[in-house]
Amino acid sequence: MTEPLIFEISRPGRCAAQLPDLDVPPTDLPDDLVRDDLPLPEVSELDLVRHYTRLSQMNHGVDTGFYPLGSCTMKYNPKINEEMARLPGFAHLHPYQPVEMVQGALFLMHYLQEFLKEIGGFAGVSLQPAAGAHGELTGVLMMRAYHLDRGDEHRKVVLVPDSAHGTNPATTSMSGLRVVEIPSDERGNVDLKALEAACREHGEQLVGLMLTNPNTLGLFDEHVEQITRMIHGHGGLMYGDGANMNALLGVARPGDLGFDVLHYNLHKTFSTPHGGGGPGSGPVGASERLAPFLPAPVVAVDEALSDDKVEFYKFVNPPKSIGPVKAFYGHFGVMVRAYTYIRMLGADGLRRAAEYSVLNANYVMSRVKDTYRVPYDRICMHEFVCEGCFDDVPDVHALDVSKRLIDYGFHPPTNYFPLIVHEALMIEPTETESKETLDAFSDGLLRIAEEAHTDPDLLHGAPHNAPVRRLDEVWAAKQLILRWQPEEE
Amino acid sequence: MPYVPHSEGDRNAMLAAIGVRSIEQLFEDVPEPARFPDLELPPALSEMEARWELEMLAEADLTTADGPCFLGAGAYRHFAPAVVDSFLRRGEFYTAYTPYQPEVSQGTLQSIFEYQTMICALTGMEASNASHYDGATATAEAVITAINVHRMKRRKVVVSPFVHPEYRAVVRTYTQGMGLNIVGDDDPQADLIDHVDDDTACLIVQSPNFLGQVEDLQSLADAVHRKKSLLIVAADPISLGLLKPPGAFGADIVVGDGQGMGGGLNFGGPYLGFFATRMKYVRKMAGRLVGQTVDAEGQRGFVLTLSTREQHIRRERATSNICTNQGLMVLAAAIYMSALGRCGLRQVAELCYHKAHYAADRVDELAGYTVLRDKPFFKEFVVRCPGPVKEINDHLFDDWGIIGGYDLGRGYAHLQDHMLLCVTEMNPREEIDVLVEALKEVAS
Repeated sequence: MTEPLIFEISRPGRCAAQLPDLDVPPTDLPDDLVRDDLPLPEVSELDLVRHYTRLSQMNHGVDTGFYPLGSCTMKYNPKINEEMARLPGFAHLHPYQPVEMVQGALFLMHYLQEFLKEIGGFAGVSLQPAAGAHGELTGVLMMRAYHLDRGDEHRKVVLVPDSAHGTNPATTSMSGLRVVEIPSDERGNVDLKALEAACREHGEQLVGLMLTNPNTLGLFDEHVEQITRMIHGHGGLMYGDGANMNALLGVARPGDLGFDVLHYNLHKTFSTPHGGGGPGSGPVGASERLAPFLPAPVVAVDEALSDDKVEFYKFVNPPKSIGPVKAFYGHFGVMVRAYTYIRMLGADGLRRAAEYSVLNANYVMSRVKDTYRVPYDRICMHEFVCEGCFDDVPDVHALDVSKRLIDYGFHPPTNYFPLIVHEALMIEPTETESKETLDAFSDGLLRIAEEAHTDPDLLHGAPHNAPVRRLDEVWAAKQLILRWQPEEE
Repeated sequence: MPYVPHSEGDRNAMLAAIGVRSIEQLFEDVPEPARFPDLELPPALSEMEARWELEMLAEADLTTADGPCFLGAGAYRHFAPAVVDSFLRRGEFYTAYTPYQPEVSQGTLQSIFEYQTMICALTGMEASNASHYDGATATAEAVITAINVHRMKRRKVVVSPFVHPEYRAVVRTYTQGMGLNIVGDDDPQADLIDHVDDDTACLIVQSPNFLGQVEDLQSLADAVHRKKSLLIVAADPISLGLLKPPGAFGADIVVGDGQGMGGGLNFGGPYLGFFATRMKYVRKMAGRLVGQTVDAEGQRGFVLTLSTREQHIRRERATSNICTNQGLMVLAAAIYMSALGRCGLRQVAELCYHKAHYAADRVDELAGYTVLRDKPFFKEFVVRCPGPVKEINDHLFDDWGIIGGYDLGRGYAHLQDHMLLCVTEMNPREEIDVLVEALKEVAS
């Protein structure tokens, strides 16, 4: 099943939008500045609706089926969140309206900052970063600015564990800093000896450590307190990658564990939708000493205009701010959804979400670990990593298992990540999935393991019942067709 | 408890399968003193109560839909046909993630491919990526691309003072660790071209610029290219329904904010950063890219491509750290551009142009007000006012219910008492006439 491109159903003269007639006297157009042609499609409204409806049917989303994509926290996105974000009093606000007109929006932002401070154990929060990687850039620039502010100009080295998401080293480079990679130990923790050696070697140049905890193996680092002490002892700072914060809601506060700065992912942990690849939102929480460096602006209570009954809110720039990381205040529409979620769950609901996410991951792991090797056999947090391969069928790979899962109606797990696990399948069920779904998925994985032995070509040729068969990524990179162009006459 | 399905029986069966007695036992790796903190959050609400609370907050705001609004300055009111939001509400689109598994993501991938094609058509460029967070961050990433094109050997960036002030601030934030020399925007009177030399990686100009004026891109492109430097143009996509695309003047990178294309205002976000360039720079660009390919049966399909530029493959040598971008906003823009199409987008752009010029002519006739007319403009124009802009805006709102223009004195010392007014297809003639009446009364 394929769908023609919108350009291929275009016919001259059609238009799917009706606009009002001009109601003012026209002005001469500046002919030398006007374009000759605008090669956009011309389609009727019904053709457009059928086109995008058919495209939507070629997608797998959380609403259509199980989506255990590791480190992405594909939990259910509540419908009420969508409605709240579309309330006219939020959707039709211009970012430059005077603050006295937008007190409802500022109230929401202020309390979302407060909630995130409480959940993470931080002194300050900025809602401005647009996504997780953007929050990382924010946090690393803040660490850099903190050291510079103290006259520590030599600090240029950021330690990054080898299990880290690729955004961690990429962010470090973007910030003009240098990455030193730290290996993992045999239990999947940061290797303490290697960390100590790196701290000794780079002590005076140490900016800090970027740690994802639970890490990308789904494991809570058993030495987090020692790691924190060691980094702080060498004058470094602890950056927390909050991609896996779902396991920690009401379970542990990164600020209490010694993290100085952390980004949240509202689109993972706080149920806002992933949108086919965004918009996300990556607020940053900071300890007392890093809060002055948060990006500008943040929302604060305007004491001068507040009284016992009513608080008045304003935007302020933190005193040593790194500057704005994007235009305006962040993804406000995403904030409304996250605020709604936190209000509906409360403290108990958030803890329950974390607990069930961990319960679900451990349950699936218990069901499949005798068949798929789990390299670090410990209680996991909200996700676990197994090897998608079998010693006795060497030509079956994690990719084949993944593509075969599509035939069973499941979205594949994250493949080939983390890089330190051979043929990795990273499975994150989330708390919103029922036991029946988890059983069906586990049964599917077990049957695929059987198929790998009895009929491996079934896996190599998968998927068999998706909208398209397996796609050739090498061909795409070689041909590099990045846009549609009309066939030459 | 909302959104979690397990019964007591399910939970016990699962704990037994795992081989633990309690859920608490799953968290023994967490240091004891920090384990299970009591979070001080307000009590949980039912869906009905949550709705009431959110509705109350939303109703506490005065919105741009409550009366005439002439505020633009980088966030614009444009009409989005109902088809746009109807697809943003489809779970198949909004509950999916980055299309890492192309066989079950053809809807997202094909719509991005169509978006890339339409952004190229609009800007006159050859390759578009799958988006940045907004116009400001797209501009910052364009600067980094230009630095990389010159293999970090050129360290100077020339930026026009009339690039959006927040875009310029974000460029500085992004590049603060890179040791760049960013010049050109401290003196609004100076000639930008004088700054361009053999150390210049790029020149950034916005057109229509922050003051609404169309810049002379050809002379800038010629001067920049003489020094083998790159021209980065930030553009308003709606203006490109009417104006010659920056690609026609030789721009090397075209960026901007696509918020006006179906995105809505949303108090500043989420918006849509678009980024388009020439094929020769495609391997230096940041962000996701969708390419055409074939499946095992030879059918056409789409995949993410050139991932070797990206953080998950290249790690510290990636062109950017960007991962999640603005997927759903890309879909909105793709549907918007398809719905309006060749004729519709031109019509929107012409409505903006004619209405803005009508408004400018009428305001210019008023005693005490002067419209700056040294360059052609599109949908925004600068008015010198008879007093402080804040006072005028207060009158406009308190007495007439009008949200007035942007106070240019906020970012430009030489533009105290100057207001930036924005007029789009969303302002009927009656609103413009009321604005003119109101400004007249305020001046007297």
